[in-house]
Amino acid sequence: MITKRIIPCLDVKNGRVVKGVNFEGLADVNSPVALGQYYSACGADELVFYDITASAEGRALFTDILREVASTIFIPLTVGGGINTVADFDRVLKCGADKVSVNSGAIRNPNLIYEAAKLYGDQCVVLSVDAKRVDGVYRVFAKGGRENTGMDALEWIKRGISLGAGEIVLNSIDTDGVKRGFDLEMLAAVCEFSTVPVIASGGAGCVEDFITLFKTLPNVDAGLAASIFHFGEVKIPKLKARLAAEGIPMRI
Amino acid sequence: MIAIVDYGVGNLFSLSSSFRAIGFEACITSDPEKIRAAEKILLPGVGAFEDAAKKLFDSGLGDLVIAEAKRGKPILGICLGMQLLFERSFEYGEHKGLGLIKGDIRPISDVIRKDLKIPHIGWNALHFTEPRSEIFKYLKEGDHVYFVHSFYGANCEDSVIATTEYGAPLTAAVAKGNVYGCQFHPEKSGEVGLSILRAFCESEGEK
Repeated sequence: MITKRIIPCLDVKNGRVVKGVNFEGLADVNSPVALGQYYSACGADELVFYDITASAEGRALFTDILREVASTIFIPLTVGGGINTVADFDRVLKCGADKVSVNSGAIRNPNLIYEAAKLYGDQCVVLSVDAKRVDGVYRVFAKGGRENTGMDALEWIKRGISLGAGEIVLNSIDTDGVKRGFDLEMLAAVCEFSTVPVIASGGAGCVEDFITLFKTLPNVDAGLAASIFHFGEVKIPKLKARLAAEGIPMRI
Repeated sequence: MIAIVDYGVGNLFSLSSSFRAIGFEACITSDPEKIRAAEKILLPGVGAFEDAAKKLFDSGLGDLVIAEAKRGKPILGICLGMQLLFERSFEYGEHKGLGLIKGDIRPISDVIRKDLKIPHIGWNALHFTEPRSEIFKYLKEGDHVYFVHSFYGANCEDSVIATTEYGAPLTAAVAKGNVYGCQFHPEKSGEVGLSILRAFCESEGEK
């Protein structure tokens, strides 16, 4: 039986992790390599590296560091941030990324999903969507959640899947940072029609939130989080052990 | 030296890094001399069968891999590389493979429950056939490895050395003499995956 995945997400700026992990025993808490190894050893099922650099220099540092991460960590790596063209896919895939996450770049040019899926396969293209309720409708937000595109989130996800997106990361802006649990309602609306894996993001605050997620929505494939892992509020080995004890399939 | 056959398909970065991580020397090459001189051959691959098979045969490397396999050199195919070892594939038409493993490649949609997602993507458990293949000598029954595929090895009962459960038992790995294939990605399966590569590096072929 396929297991549910637990995925830590790391924001990288100029080749360094922005919010380092708050754990003892790590000499360099801002090193993507050290943190990647740390999470891999903890049992993370996949890692997401999100490049939040704006400059070309920062981007070059990111690809260097990605190469270093990929040569020392042997679990799936997803890379996002600043992916606007097929050349961007090529750049990060050559450095050892397995999947590439698109967000604003695909909103500007939806054909990017199709082109990349045709070249690298559906499994390689992750559509990441930041969504928020506006007057009772889920809307897509761009530019890191700052700009309402006016697009209907459910329609956008359907279109993304038909263009070849192999996975969906649904980040609810409404629950993000609040730490009161994942946005089950929004996730259920996507799981209703999604034929590809759905990764829940935004809102996890404790172990119970993950139990509720996978028990309420058996079609959700993975839970993604950042700060609760980085600051040790939720420790991955304990989280996975608890989920397994609750009967949720886990790789232990 | 392990020769990772470069026939223009897929990203070989993680594979070569993973051999380095376990202390074995590997080179990414399309040079027939290097492949002949290597102690072992690794056949990678991602993407579509037809395109990959065409590149492999057109480059002459397909016939070289067959010849080396027949000389008894250990060969490991990974993901699409495993599928290429089979006689033929029914991925969008019918295409000829290397024919080193008896059987064919068919869509998993033929056998799995209709409500399951395709591709089969994520971590799944391995169930070994007995006697256990030597490439799994460091593993425990039920260890998890990382899969990404929509097609699987069918009609290959003689060669199956591991299965995985996804609404139906699917072929996870095959072996015939000195020829091995893994449907999953050992280079993306953490310590478990690395230990499979290590065992392959140490292998002399199935008894």
